[in-house]
Amino acid sequence: MDAIFKAVALIGEPYTLGVMLLAAAFGLFVGAMPGLSATMATALLIPFTFFMEPVPAIAIIVTAVAMAIFAGDIPGALLRIPGTPASAAYCDEAYAMTKKGFGERALGVGLVTSAIGGLTGAVVLSLTAPSLAEFAIQFSSFEYFWLACLGLSCAVVISTGSTLKGFVSLLLGLFVATIGIDITAGYPRFTFGSVELMGGVSFIPAMIGMFAISEVIRYVASDRRSMKIDGPQQQSGVFKGLGPILWRYKLNIARGSGIGAIVGVLPGAGADIAAWISFAISKRFSKEPEKFGAGHPEGLTDSGAANNAALAGAWVPATVFGIPGDSITAIVIGVLYMKGLNPGPMVFLNSPELIYAIFLSFFVANLALIPLGFVAIKSSRRLLSIPQSMLMPIILLFCIVGAFAINNTVFGVGLMLVFGVIAWAMEENGFPVAPAILGIVLGAMLEDNFMSSMIKADGDLMGFFSRPIAATLGVATLLIWATPLLLMLWRRLRRRGVRSA
Amino acid sequence: MRVNDAVTGAILIVFALLMMTYTRTFPRLHGQEYGPDLFPLLIGAGLLICGGLLVIRGWAVRRDGPLVVLGAWARDRRRVIDLACLVGGVILYTQLSEPVGFIPVAFVLIAVLMVRFGARVALAAPVAAAATLAVHTMFAKVLLVPLPWGLLLPVAW
Repeated sequence: MDAIFKAVALIGEPYTLGVMLLAAAFGLFVGAMPGLSATMATALLIPFTFFMEPVPAIAIIVTAVAMAIFAGDIPGALLRIPGTPASAAYCDEAYAMTKKGFGERALGVGLVTSAIGGLTGAVVLSLTAPSLAEFAIQFSSFEYFWLACLGLSCAVVISTGSTLKGFVSLLLGLFVATIGIDITAGYPRFTFGSVELMGGVSFIPAMIGMFAISEVIRYVASDRRSMKIDGPQQQSGVFKGLGPILWRYKLNIARGSGIGAIVGVLPGAGADIAAWISFAISKRFSKEPEKFGAGHPEGLTDSGAANNAALAGAWVPATVFGIPGDSITAIVIGVLYMKGLNPGPMVFLNSPELIYAIFLSFFVANLALIPLGFVAIKSSRRLLSIPQSMLMPIILLFCIVGAFAINNTVFGVGLMLVFGVIAWAMEENGFPVAPAILGIVLGAMLEDNFMSSMIKADGDLMGFFSRPIAATLGVATLLIWATPLLLMLWRRLRRRGVRSA
Repeated sequence: MRVNDAVTGAILIVFALLMMTYTRTFPRLHGQEYGPDLFPLLIGAGLLICGGLLVIRGWAVRRDGPLVVLGAWARDRRRVIDLACLVGGVILYTQLSEPVGFIPVAFVLIAVLMVRFGARVALAAPVAAAATLAVHTMFAKVLLVPLPWGLLLPVAW
């Protein structure tokens, strides 16, 4: 209980609340700009977190992301261009409502369901993470090795697009993680004499490159349309007539929040996948599926709640095991390490007030979402008239300074550019980027735990099955790996059976 | 730019082979089975398998289109120049920011990019100047990031 009071005091500090408000404005802006994603908002915030205490540093990321995921709905509804990938699932539906004159109502539905979803996700996070951490305290390097394997496999399976390409992406990420001095022999791997690479590829410039520079490049390579809001006069206010809609679809909101939180917990799957899944489920189980596509708010209630719920869900594995639930928490884990707060069950034991402060920041951010989001909806026309030709170079400048600030060398800037170009080329060719991020984050954890386990077990691989929890995790991992092969074999056998019959 | 999977696969195979060969130079530890070369070797093996599968997959659809399809941007000279300005600009920044200084290099970089992306010069110049000064104040003055002064050192504020 003492820890909770301390956490309230930490979040209640005027400095923390002040920077959270600034971060909220920043998040709403970035989310509302097409081509600037919530992950990019996180990457751009990192340089500021260097100079902050852990609690405000984490709180500004939580706030900015919650705002950005909602704000992504704004251009989705008004222009049919999703502001963040998480709004892509229901962008057509919301735009159809705008065409019928109910654009502000669509955004109102998005706003309230986002807040409800975010709060539900925060409840799930605060209830599950501490109990999981209590269980995880018994884990040793054997269990962590399997957890890292599970997290990486999950990232490949759930990633969008082809599994094979997801696997390539993962391996490339793992390769990047091997660069630098290795922990067992102290030998510099793949550094080719570069002193800058000895400590490994700096995580922050790599992330800024993959999430921000790649978007700038994509903007430059795209045919740049000017954005103009048109459509009929809006007949509804943001909150007018919203009550009956929300009441009617209360079960949808609950279902969307639940699905979102669960998808968020799975490593590698974040808000965008949560929104796609819950929109599809909404349509599948709807009593009036024929109305979908013509500006029907039912799907919005499901997926609007799901994408914000996923944000909090992703923090469960991130805080308990140090395994990111999505690309945003992947960046957050990097920030936590930088702050000397290595994520894992020990943080729950040693500094519970920090963990509770993180949970609290979710509640504060999602409650603040309703008034701030309302302001954003009302100023959306002005927001969307900011020319991207001016905005993108300024973002580039932020990226350059951010990548420079990590070590105060231009090496970081070069690294950022290389990763930006690679990430852009990968996405152009259907290679998902999320598994690569997980590979970079978890590569060191995987190798460290493998090596220390092997030293403990004297090189006996069976050591990985010597403890009950490790054995269970190990068998689960091996089953997941074997499933696609078994399925392939089964299909082939069945086809042969059909042919011979 | 879309590349046939067979080409990507072949590149991955070459990369994996180079990496695995290079791994042979890593030292081995006495009395320990697993050394610094284990993980790179496993990753290389994985890339070899994936590269092979991509080659097979790409080979199957080789008649559906050319091996490399350049994006629409490659046919539009303006956009090629824009991309070159973006990438070249960042590279130039890494070379020039130390001797010339952050403020002049950053200002020129973003002003040129704004104009290239379609903004009017009369609007781009003041916005670029304001953005540069704002970023400089925020990072160099408030957050104490040592952004280089370069030529402006005598008049540094």
